[in-house]
Amino acid sequence: MARILMKGNEALSEAAIRAGLKAFYGYPITPQNEIPAYMAEHLPLRGGVYLQAESEVAAINMVYGAAGAGARVMTSSSSPGISLKQEGISYIAAAQLPCVIVNVVRNGPGLGGIQPAQGDYFQAVKGGGHGDYRLIVLAPGNVQEMADLTTLAFDLADKWRNPVMILSDGILGQMMEPVEFSENGTLQQLEKPWATTGAVGRKPNIVNTLDIIADKAEKNMQALLAKYDRIKAEEARWQEVGTEDADVILVGYGTSGRVARSAMEMARRQGLKVGLFRPITLWPFPEKRLQELAKSERTFLAVEMSAGQMIEDVRLAVNGVSPVYLSNRLGGMVPTPEDVLAKIHEIVEGRVS
Amino acid sequence: MQTVFQKPEALTDVQMHYCPGCTHGIIHRLVAEAIDSLGIREQAIGVASVGCSVFAYDYFNCDMQQAAHGRAPAVATGIKRVRPDNIVFTYQGDGDLASIGMAEIVHAAARSENITVIFVNNAIYGMTSGQMAPTTLLGQKTATSPRGRTAEEMGYPIKMCELLATLEGPAYLTRVSTHDSRHVLQAGRAIKKAFEMQQQKKGFALVEVLSTCSVNWGMTPVDALKWVEQNMVPYYPLGVYKDVTAKEGN
Repeated sequence: MARILMKGNEALSEAAIRAGLKAFYGYPITPQNEIPAYMAEHLPLRGGVYLQAESEVAAINMVYGAAGAGARVMTSSSSPGISLKQEGISYIAAAQLPCVIVNVVRNGPGLGGIQPAQGDYFQAVKGGGHGDYRLIVLAPGNVQEMADLTTLAFDLADKWRNPVMILSDGILGQMMEPVEFSENGTLQQLEKPWATTGAVGRKPNIVNTLDIIADKAEKNMQALLAKYDRIKAEEARWQEVGTEDADVILVGYGTSGRVARSAMEMARRQGLKVGLFRPITLWPFPEKRLQELAKSERTFLAVEMSAGQMIEDVRLAVNGVSPVYLSNRLGGMVPTPEDVLAKIHEIVEGRVS
Repeated sequence: MQTVFQKPEALTDVQMHYCPGCTHGIIHRLVAEAIDSLGIREQAIGVASVGCSVFAYDYFNCDMQQAAHGRAPAVATGIKRVRPDNIVFTYQGDGDLASIGMAEIVHAAARSENITVIFVNNAIYGMTSGQMAPTTLLGQKTATSPRGRTAEEMGYPIKMCELLATLEGPAYLTRVSTHDSRHVLQAGRAIKKAFEMQQQKKGFALVEVLSTCSVNWGMTPVDALKWVEQNMVPYYPLGVYKDVTAKEGN
């Protein structure tokens, strides 16, 4: 199929429809509005349901209902709206329902602004809602990945019966790049014998998160954690460029991963041995590979559009073997490759603090 | 031997947790009888709410989802929109529906979602041990209105059927009671009709059922039934607030 020029948010939406999306429940918030607009335009004409909910809270609970009824379903929002969805996300994770949630991250906290940021990393990968649960979190770095990782998101959600979050931002959502959609929109469509579809000739199926008998609840939690361990073992994804001989490895995802890539190339042209490690799954974080790359004579530099959140996972992975520094911008400001290059120079010249 | 009375197929054999004197058990039975009589048990997908009826998924013998507090109409919307041929119902109490879930019920009604809502109004939060509800009557004493609810401090109890009747969306809105057998039979007919409306794709149907909470009201079951009749019914008048089939001359 030919490559076409598309906005990231539209590529994501088109990929979702091709993956067999049956329902989209959303609520307006900038900078994700292209997604519901694309869905409203196209999804009903291609066999799906588009519904604008009365709130983000209602939208995520509609997702719960439809996911529990076995449909491929998604919602999208941006940071403050994602905060509102957290109760529902916790329920969906607890009920082990597959769905896709897109967060086109803007700067916060509070109402914040509508500029691109990465301040929702903790919320996405460490929880966000109440209780011990995990989301699979995918971080696209270009428009092609906005499409490809959306397809993957639906497949991973079904495979693991787990909500999957796509963590994007306003730049990735609004930028246009060529994109190619694979002929098969999806890798797999699994049977869902657990779904509430009407108890025809079988015992009732129940989608439930209430777990009030403590010893049973503990066993159920252990089963959930065992699933998370398998996801950690099997699903970590990342991209590496020039890491083998690197003195400094830049670590960045999404938009800051793109900035880091440019900084790496500038540094290489100056003869500096700099590599890039770009996590594609933020949970599970590719910690094993980072651990392998950690050496005492090597430095890691986390590039983030937050106060420094992913850097904590980098530090946990390298576990004190390598020094880890931060190059970041805040408030919706995007770091430039020159900013990152300056920090690289501080590191290699021993001026870093 | 001829069987003259039996458990509806749409109820499980599980022993209910409801307190002695509570009318939830009666209302569960009425819902189950309606499902049986319409032959829709295998089509039905119920949504349990948070509150005393949180365990409803154990009691109804059909596919069930358990929703977050107040969100049952949104969950039901999510289900119904992807499975329009199933029969989707919610079973919610007054705290769930008329307080934390006010937005979800109003918008489900405004959209005329083709679902059936069983709204059990007992004027108190039962599961959390007797706090003031949005439907607690003026003067009524609860754990969080120990000197009685006053309009000055706590505002007025909400009449949901009347409120929802201002919307274009609802197809059927009615308030019934469980305080004596005659009213229980009426309630059963209303619940059955609310399911029939969904079968006929008429749109949003809600049955508000006045119910007791003798334990948290601090009354005997018999006194609680009298209290419904003498105090709740005058403030929450029984009757049909909307019925689109009546307009059609049915």
